[in-house]
Amino acid sequence: MTTPAAAPYPSEHVPTTGIPNGKLGVWLFLASEVMLFATLFTTYIVLRMAAPSWPAGWEVLNVPLATLNTVVLITSSVTMVLAYAKACERDRAGFYRMIGLTIALGFAFLVVKAFEYGAKFHHGHFPSTDIFYAVYFTMTGLHGLHVIGGIGFNVYLALWAREHWEHPLFIGRVEYGGLYWHFVDIVWIFLFPGLYLL
Amino acid sequence: MKGNYGWGLPVAASTFAGPIDFGIKLIHAAMFAIFILWAIFFAYLLLRYRRREGRSAQAGYESPLKSLIPDFFVLVFEIALIVFYAIPNWHRIKIAGPSPDTALVVELVAEQFAWNFQYPGPDGKFGRRDVQFIEPANPIGLDPQDPAGKDDITTVNELHVPLGKPTILNMSSKDVIHSFFVPEFRVKQDIVPGMKISLWFEPTLAGRFEIGCAQLCGVAHSMMRGDAYVHTPSEYEAWLKAQSGQAPATTAANAATGNSNGSSTF
Amino acid sequence: MAVPHSEPRSSEHGSGFIDKYVFSVDHKVIGLQYFFTSCFFLIVGFAMIMLLRWQLAFPGQPLPLIGRLLPMTWAPDGILMPEFYNQLGAMHGTIMVFLGIVPLGVGAFGNYILPLQIGAPDMAFPRLNMMSYWLYLPGGMLMLLSFVLPGGAAQSGWTSYAPLAIVNPGQTVWLLAMVVIITSSLLGAVNFIVTTLNMRAAGLTLGRLPIFVWAQLVTAILLLLAFPPLEAAAVLQLMDRIAGTSFYLPAGLVVAGESLKVAGGGQPLLWQHLFWFLAHPEVYVLILPSMGIVAEIIANGTRKPIFGYTEIVASMIFIGAMSFIVWAHHMFLSGMSPRLSNFFLVTTMIISVPSVAVLTCLVWSLKGGSIRFTTPMLFSLAFLPLFGIGGLTGLPLGLTVTDIYLHDTYYVIGHFHYVVVTGTIIALMGGTYYWFPKWFGKQLNDFWGKIHFWGTAICMNGIFFPMFIQGLAGVQRRLYDPTAQLHNLSTQPLNVVSSVSAWLLFLFQIPFLVNIVYTIFKGKRCEENPWRATTLEWACASPPPHGNFERPPRVYRGPYEYSTPRAREDWTPQHVPS
Repeated sequence: MTTPAAAPYPSEHVPTTGIPNGKLGVWLFLASEVMLFATLFTTYIVLRMAAPSWPAGWEVLNVPLATLNTVVLITSSVTMVLAYAKACERDRAGFYRMIGLTIALGFAFLVVKAFEYGAKFHHGHFPSTDIFYAVYFTMTGLHGLHVIGGIGFNVYLALWAREHWEHPLFIGRVEYGGLYWHFVDIVWIFLFPGLYLL
Repeated sequence: MKGNYGWGLPVAASTFAGPIDFGIKLIHAAMFAIFILWAIFFAYLLLRYRRREGRSAQAGYESPLKSLIPDFFVLVFEIALIVFYAIPNWHRIKIAGPSPDTALVVELVAEQFAWNFQYPGPDGKFGRRDVQFIEPANPIGLDPQDPAGKDDITTVNELHVPLGKPTILNMSSKDVIHSFFVPEFRVKQDIVPGMKISLWFEPTLAGRFEIGCAQLCGVAHSMMRGDAYVHTPSEYEAWLKAQSGQAPATTAANAATGNSNGSSTF
Repeated sequence: MAVPHSEPRSSEHGSGFIDKYVFSVDHKVIGLQYFFTSCFFLIVGFAMIMLLRWQLAFPGQPLPLIGRLLPMTWAPDGILMPEFYNQLGAMHGTIMVFLGIVPLGVGAFGNYILPLQIGAPDMAFPRLNMMSYWLYLPGGMLMLLSFVLPGGAAQSGWTSYAPLAIVNPGQTVWLLAMVVIITSSLLGAVNFIVTTLNMRAAGLTLGRLPIFVWAQLVTAILLLLAFPPLEAAAVLQLMDRIAGTSFYLPAGLVVAGESLKVAGGGQPLLWQHLFWFLAHPEVYVLILPSMGIVAEIIANGTRKPIFGYTEIVASMIFIGAMSFIVWAHHMFLSGMSPRLSNFFLVTTMIISVPSVAVLTCLVWSLKGGSIRFTTPMLFSLAFLPLFGIGGLTGLPLGLTVTDIYLHDTYYVIGHFHYVVVTGTIIALMGGTYYWFPKWFGKQLNDFWGKIHFWGTAICMNGIFFPMFIQGLAGVQRRLYDPTAQLHNLSTQPLNVVSSVSAWLLFLFQIPFLVNIVYTIFKGKRCEENPWRATTLEWACASPPPHGNFERPPRVYRGPYEYSTPRAREDWTPQHVPS
């Protein structure tokens, strides 16, 4: 979604600003994503400030699991950077290893998240339970969708590499995928303390 | 009361009409003057610079800063409006207000599609209200156990206020957003469920005026109307006395039937 | 037609009908797809208001002729149901804003003209461009489809204020469709910004960009930053409707005698803040492209450079930035803290200043010109006073104290329709006449164009001017039966005036539509640059081949070099070396 497939001309057009189209596009896309999550965080703050009482995140949510997930996501950001480095070094096997690890860690995050959700549902906590759970499920749910999107793009990169390893746009695309993946990671870095620790 | 309305502003019946009507008239006079002057200039340009044989356009620029001249006047006019008109009057109307000790205080509970008013009755205390007591015969959910509520007067779609004394309406909504609007009083305020919003006005004219809902509130939004009666103080006392004679429950029951009739037409 | 240099490179441009006209990645085809689709939605939205206006003019009377054709659930015996009336009202606003005007001004004009004006072979991301369109169309169709789905269409106003929108039927599909449409707009916005910044021809510095391009750039930035909050807000409302959350619902609501079983803790006003945080910039999304179009046409039609290029561009940028901090002037009476109102009062008055500056520059541009009263020029000239009325009447609404009385009355409807209809739509019509030769190589008939112009301009005023009088008399918006309230009776005849004008306006669109269809199929080819215009879109064939320019153009001067002293002609194109 962030970078469209090969366009007929732009690859030959020298970008007026000197920044490649794809990179500029991804940054702009991320700007709109920032607005999206900023809105959600603002909503959270407004609702919480108006609420007569608000449960302590660490008492009702599973902090160990979330900490594990934080570690998983941060590690996946590192492997993503390494995947980009391998692509730059033209180390094909290394790239597959690293992008594969990134994808696996993304899935691991989702699996942990699923356990967390499952436990909540098991105890009868649903988005409709109260405003705290409404915020918790909506924000982590939307973040989860972004993780799925990121995994999807990384899978696409891994598949695309098989035939387009030499494509002039290949390294750029890995970089854009990385930018997006880091963004997903950063959102979690805000969500984790915001929901679990404050 | 039909005579209150024409093609311009309706009859002015509260102290707010002074500043608000002044602003509306002043701005419209200014708008009209600006537009006429501007239109004359516009027409002159079109006529003077229409395409003619043997004359070509002049490409040269005049100083573009000239375009800032109208801007400057607009800015001065707007600053004057903000500083000398809008901020002080807004403060008087919506931020400051009369003290509840000197004013008549009425509770208003809006619902689809009716205005429920609650008066404290002779004891001067409002009965407690709670959602759990709401039923067709008790649309505002008056607590039957609360002694303060025994003498409360409730009316539906009828607001009675005395002349020469400010009225404070403490407004809340049972369901969706409504907006309390009395054109003659020049008052309008949204009523948001979950919030308690106050509004005040001081009538200057006795008579019957119209309450309308100014925020889309559902299928019968246009039918959500009521009447505001402004009485002379003695008439108002008489009305209060007559109401106190009735048990509040009966009033509420009447009100409820009236209300359900109103809704069932739609 | 010369075979463009770029043709062999465009391996993805298929020759089959599907690739060429349906799933095309060519910005010109996508632009025309947007053009025809948004015109369709404009007609649908207009048809809805023509039905609705019957009920306003003659409340409770059966609709003649077509009344019997409508389903019983909408209009039994031809009398509009209040539910259906509210659906028409909500969908009219939604369709006109999100599916009609924005896709026309940005999707159609922006897509077709912007890459040409910057000398680019296509948009920066052609496939993303195609995706925008193919999200917009199904999103729009879903919106229309909601009329026949269980629950009907949304009926809580295009503003969808909670809690009404949450308890009313029909809202879920509206929200889903909005999320799709917003996503389409976001993709488009990214594409437009990157294209404008990165795809410019050699020599085309930012200071040489046509004003239309600037307008599109600012618009795209507004879309990019203002739409995500609405998307988030829509997701939250969707959660309230389908997951039982209560982001916008306080506890203890009793709707229609039933206690609402929700946890509560939410705030109705939160929706309004999030909604208007988008919807105010949206107003400028509607108006900026039109200002751009008018500037292009006026420079061309007066044969002189536009007056105050820098002022106009700076004003547009300033308007764009300011539009993010004026939203709560829609909420002076919403129950928001009245102290906050003063801040938004001041920002609102500030944002009016650059708008006045743009208008002044455009009027001043006429001075010293040699004005041609061509059809596109007539529309652009009409834009100036009519948009002026729209702007002026915003003053008593933006001023807190006078807004107490005028808020949520017909005065508001009159005001924003003067801005959006006699402003934006008039300009878009002018743009259609102006760029039609570019799109099809044929010129629309001038005589019928002028009939269309005069009919349209007069009827539009006939619809919207009476609304100011109604508003001053205190007539509220969105009333199914205005005669149900006494204070509306005296101005009720004006509703008839408005309605009849609306129906006449429709009749005057017929010559326009026929003109378009006839010219496409039967019109004669005109010259490549019939307006003798200087900007780059005229430096290629009309219509341009795939890839647009035979060779990448080079720009030597600013966009509006008309009547330059000592030049041979009264126009010096941007791409011609001196």
